[in-house]
Amino acid sequence: MSSKVILEKKQFDITIDRLCIELIEKHGTFQNSAIIGLQPRGTYLSKRIYNRIKQLTGKSNILYGELDIAFYRDDFRRGNEQILPSAMDINFTVADKHIVLIDDVLYTGRTIRSALDALTDFGRPAKVELLVLVDRRFSRHLPIQPDYTGIAVDTRANDKVKVEWTENNKQDVIHIITQN
Amino acid sequence: MKRFSQKHLLGIKDLTREDIELVFETADNFKAIINRPIKKVPSLRDVTIANIFFENSTRTRISFELAQKRLSADVINFSASSSSVSKGETLVDTVKNILSMKVDMVVMRHPAPGACLFLAKHINAQIINAGDGTHEHPTQALLDAYSIREKLGSVKGKKVVIVGDITHSRVALSNIFCLQKLGAEVMVCGPTTLIPKHIASLGVKIEHDLMKALQWCDVANMLRIQLERQEIKYFPSLREYSMLFGLNKEKLQKLNKEIVIMHPGPINRGVEITSDVADSKHSIILDQVENGVATRMAIMYLLAGSSPQ
Repeated sequence: MSSKVILEKKQFDITIDRLCIELIEKHGTFQNSAIIGLQPRGTYLSKRIYNRIKQLTGKSNILYGELDIAFYRDDFRRGNEQILPSAMDINFTVADKHIVLIDDVLYTGRTIRSALDALTDFGRPAKVELLVLVDRRFSRHLPIQPDYTGIAVDTRANDKVKVEWTENNKQDVIHIITQN
Repeated sequence: MKRFSQKHLLGIKDLTREDIELVFETADNFKAIINRPIKKVPSLRDVTIANIFFENSTRTRISFELAQKRLSADVINFSASSSSVSKGETLVDTVKNILSMKVDMVVMRHPAPGACLFLAKHINAQIINAGDGTHEHPTQALLDAYSIREKLGSVKGKKVVIVGDITHSRVALSNIFCLQKLGAEVMVCGPTTLIPKHIASLGVKIEHDLMKALQWCDVANMLRIQLERQEIKYFPSLREYSMLFGLNKEKLQKLNKEIVIMHPGPINRGVEITSDVADSKHSIILDQVENGVATRMAIMYLLAGSSPQ
């Protein structure tokens, strides 16, 4: 097993800043837009982006929520692992809003499919976009693509992409772990 | 990784404290879901559940059915009075016939203690006990403890008195197991004839004076007098029972503190509890009913998820 760093601390911050700028370019002051992070791991990134956008735009009333997809997964009762839910926290109506879904790694696209199902149970958004920190290209099982990408990587099926966060008592870094 | 340790839910006795806490944490999520406009999730869409009731029930049956529908499971309902059980079919035959229609989970209520355990040994489906005679009623105990946790913040260290017919009550036995596993102190209170002789061996306190019990407790769970299970007389009259063991406003006002009042339903108003107490702000009886749906969703979700197809 070998591990390779693909994004370390300094580049990490620059990438997140760039994603925030791209979002502001598209959504302006977030008047009719909302940021929704996917539980459990996407919320580290979504909180960072939410706070940075508040700084950059000077607006403090941007809508922010966290979405859990456990009850919407398509692999329930298909593996041996028990799928346990995380907290759901969306205190606004998503109907007619422009939603930015945020997750750390986009791989097969199944999580995002479940997230779209979960999201529409809260209402009918005007538009949904996807932001990911890492896009594992050419490995999709479903026709889903990101609108904003931190870094795109080419990986093999048994590789693992691991994102670590200072909020999680690690340091900001992205690894690819390769099984030999 | 946490997971539910059991394949079936036969009784609280089989569960660990971690299992119970897992049910509560999962129920928190479901409680949020049943309070939003779209109250349904697709988790159990490939699961078929049979509700088999050999005894009458309103709350439990409706609560289970609602929980199943909110999890998107397919549901069949069966009650003994309108079935071939009255033609002499045995329990195993009845259930085997139902299972051959490809049922994954059975929720059963039966008048015989141990009926669910018996079924679990003979049938290849997950069994949930919805009350077996005077033995256990695990989902009621879970929703009771969940309601206490919601009202008081935690169950640990709390003092709970269970008042009434302890001998015939499956709710009492399951509650004792559940509350003790979560670290609460439990007392039972009732006439001598309705307190089983060896109940102290479970580590519960015994009290025959309701006022003393109320002074001691944080929570009082008032059980229903089960008139259908009293083939002989255990107390002289309902009037005398309600004078000695019924909860009314005067008794509550004599206490120098506030306590939480619970009742598993259905209430015999004026017997174990008066209307003014049942409908007062101390009572969490209707919260118990709401929490019943959330905890039952959690149990069925965890059981279904712990056994792959």
